[in-house]
Amino acid sequence: MSSSTVAMPPTHYLNNGLTLKSWLFTKDHKRIALLYLVAVTFFFMVGAAFAVAIRLELATPAGDLLSDENYNRVFTMHGVMMVFFFLIPAVPAILGNFLIPLQIGAKDLAFPKLNLLSFYIYFVGSLFTMYSIVSGGLDTGWTFYTPFSTVASTSAVVPAALGIFINGFSGILTGLNFIVTIHKMRAPGMTWFRLPLFVWAHYATSLIQVLGTPVLAITIVLVAAERIFGFGLFNPAVGGDPVLFQHLFWFYSHPAVYIMILPAMGIISELVAASARKQVFGYTFVAFASIGIAVIGFLVWGHHMFVSGESVYAALVFSVLSFIVAVPSAVKVFNWIATMYRGSVSWETPMFYVAGFIGLFAIGGLTGLFLASMGLDVHLTDTYFIVAHFHYVMVGGTIMGYLGGIHFWWPKITGRMYNDLLGRVSAVVIFVGFNLTFFPQFVVGYLGMPRRYHAYPEEFQVLNVLSSAGASVLAVGYLMPLFYLAYSLKYGEIAGDNPFGAVGLEWNTTSPPPTENFKTTPVVTWEAYEYPTPVEGHVV
Amino acid sequence: MSNAASVAHDEQQHHPRLAHHFESLEQQTDSSLFGMWIFLATEILFFGGALMAYMIYRRWYPDAFALASSHIAILPGAINTAVLIISSLTMALAVHAAQTGERGKILFFIVVTMILGAAFLGIKGYEYYEKYAEGFIPGLGLEFRFPEPEYAKNAQIFFSIYFVLTGLHALHMIVGLGLMTWMFIWVKDGVIDTQYYAPIEIVGLYWHFVDIVWIFLFPLLYLIGRHVHHG
Ligand SMILES: [Cu+2]
Repeated sequence: MSSSTVAMPPTHYLNNGLTLKSWLFTKDHKRIALLYLVAVTFFFMVGAAFAVAIRLELATPAGDLLSDENYNRVFTMHGVMMVFFFLIPAVPAILGNFLIPLQIGAKDLAFPKLNLLSFYIYFVGSLFTMYSIVSGGLDTGWTFYTPFSTVASTSAVVPAALGIFINGFSGILTGLNFIVTIHKMRAPGMTWFRLPLFVWAHYATSLIQVLGTPVLAITIVLVAAERIFGFGLFNPAVGGDPVLFQHLFWFYSHPAVYIMILPAMGIISELVAASARKQVFGYTFVAFASIGIAVIGFLVWGHHMFVSGESVYAALVFSVLSFIVAVPSAVKVFNWIATMYRGSVSWETPMFYVAGFIGLFAIGGLTGLFLASMGLDVHLTDTYFIVAHFHYVMVGGTIMGYLGGIHFWWPKITGRMYNDLLGRVSAVVIFVGFNLTFFPQFVVGYLGMPRRYHAYPEEFQVLNVLSSAGASVLAVGYLMPLFYLAYSLKYGEIAGDNPFGAVGLEWNTTSPPPTENFKTTPVVTWEAYEYPTPVEGHVV
Repeated sequence: MSNAASVAHDEQQHHPRLAHHFESLEQQTDSSLFGMWIFLATEILFFGGALMAYMIYRRWYPDAFALASSHIAILPGAINTAVLIISSLTMALAVHAAQTGERGKILFFIVVTMILGAAFLGIKGYEYYEKYAEGFIPGLGLEFRFPEPEYAKNAQIFFSIYFVLTGLHALHMIVGLGLMTWMFIWVKDGVIDTQYYAPIEIVGLYWHFVDIVWIFLFPLLYLIGRHVHHG
């Protein structure tokens, strides 16, 4: 820990311009990251409010709180808000934006204006989607399956879909910006294999953003063309194929899961190395595992259509590939554990989140293998088992990583420390609350409770009540950081440049960093995570 | 290029268009061009999704697709293909003029490219009108009057894809015309010079891409039914 005698640097990116205009029109990647932080947190709250309604409704077997129609709208909006406006942008747009230039020794992203534009595209997209909430809601599920979404649904499909279409370009441009930045803006000496694994993870993520998102965009165009003009592209009445929609949709939306989890994995690599004070075990394997996940992740989408009339041979191939894509993820988990092995692991808040990530991601990943098996998947499709599985990966994994990253880099972002005890408590509360919420859903799903119904047989009530109770614990866990982090902004101890004693270029500048990131362009002469070799015995 | 490089060497001062976060104009140019290539990769997958739908349905309904295609007049499409290929040439000449710093020539070739682009859109509009008059609009509540009623349903899919693909292509053309107007102003205002002409190159890349999309669309949409029609 740093001593309390350190002072804030006199000038830094936070006090370089204090007007509202200097924030809303900023081209500084660090300020844009904070704009995203505010917006993304807001949409998390909106998505969470819908989750509260879902868990309240499901506390009793009868569909008593919400009508079936409204329940459809509520779970749809929960999914849309969380997936497109929280989980996908959270880590790249906030921490990726803030850290990538710092970690590679650049003054900014390659295209600062484009970066600001990405934020406003995100903002405008969210307005359209929010508008759909007040203009009839959306009842298609976040997956927009045809022909329901194109010919049957009476809800506000077009504004919601348009919002997602617009928002997609925010992700595309952010990914493009990252790729160019990582290729062209690295400081002298910062070779590819000296890059922090966080940067590798974002490179892989950006590839998916740039190559996957446009397919979602055209799919939305085709749905909109059918809904607005009456074209029959997915309409069985003229020979159109609804399953084609599913193929196009999942070609993006399966890789989208990796847009959420890869950046979080990048955070975990950083946090593990900093806590264990060691080079990440098998650095190159972890780096290429990110790329491997991005590439193979594009080839598994058919596992969403095992029961949609997909040919059994196609299903077989998709099943095998889905097993294969688990390999690079497992490589990462084993390498993190190997990194901790015989390291002097310090248990500060970020490390608690790392432990939470590994626990939740392992359960989510392993249950994914159940679902990749065609036979078992037929039994589990559209049950709560699926719901539990993807929440463990997308929500458990991503948010644990995200919050771990926020806690690790908070002193860098704000220059101040939060209360470490409260941080550790929040990680534990989230872990317990999460498992209490979602583990019963594996069981109730396996027993046959389908997803997306507002009523259910009475024998499922105990498990559902457990889940709803867990959700309230989880809510407390998620709200805690909001308060103690906000408190730290004013009253937190001054952090100093490198409170965790971590290596990495972002720790070689002041906290908070100056607007141009570094006083002089750094020259890198060391390897990634080059921690001093521990002396025999124990080093703290 | 070698000319520009030696000029850059002579004057040590920063180019007014060099953004502060780049070390050199070369790094900035490299980055912008690379960014454009990535954007074009995005575009390929954007059109790729619709082409995927085309491939699937054409395989499923080969007769309906061939018939529907044979009802599209070739001549306007062929003229448009020629117009676009020529416009690609004039665009390339504009980029070349930018490299050599002949401002008058840049402006001339940009204007010619824009006229050709506008001509393409005019002809396309005429074709759309023709489809409307013949009753080939597969939606908007209009009656779809296909001459061979037994294929009418599947032909609706063909025309849906036709309008989506050509519509998106036309939209890209309109964006291209906007970009060229912007470049015209920049050249006129002297923003573009022999060291800083990456924007013209980027617009050029975009324009060539839009042309190439059409090179694919023309045979896929206009020519698949010819042997059926005359055979
Ligand atoms: Cu999937």
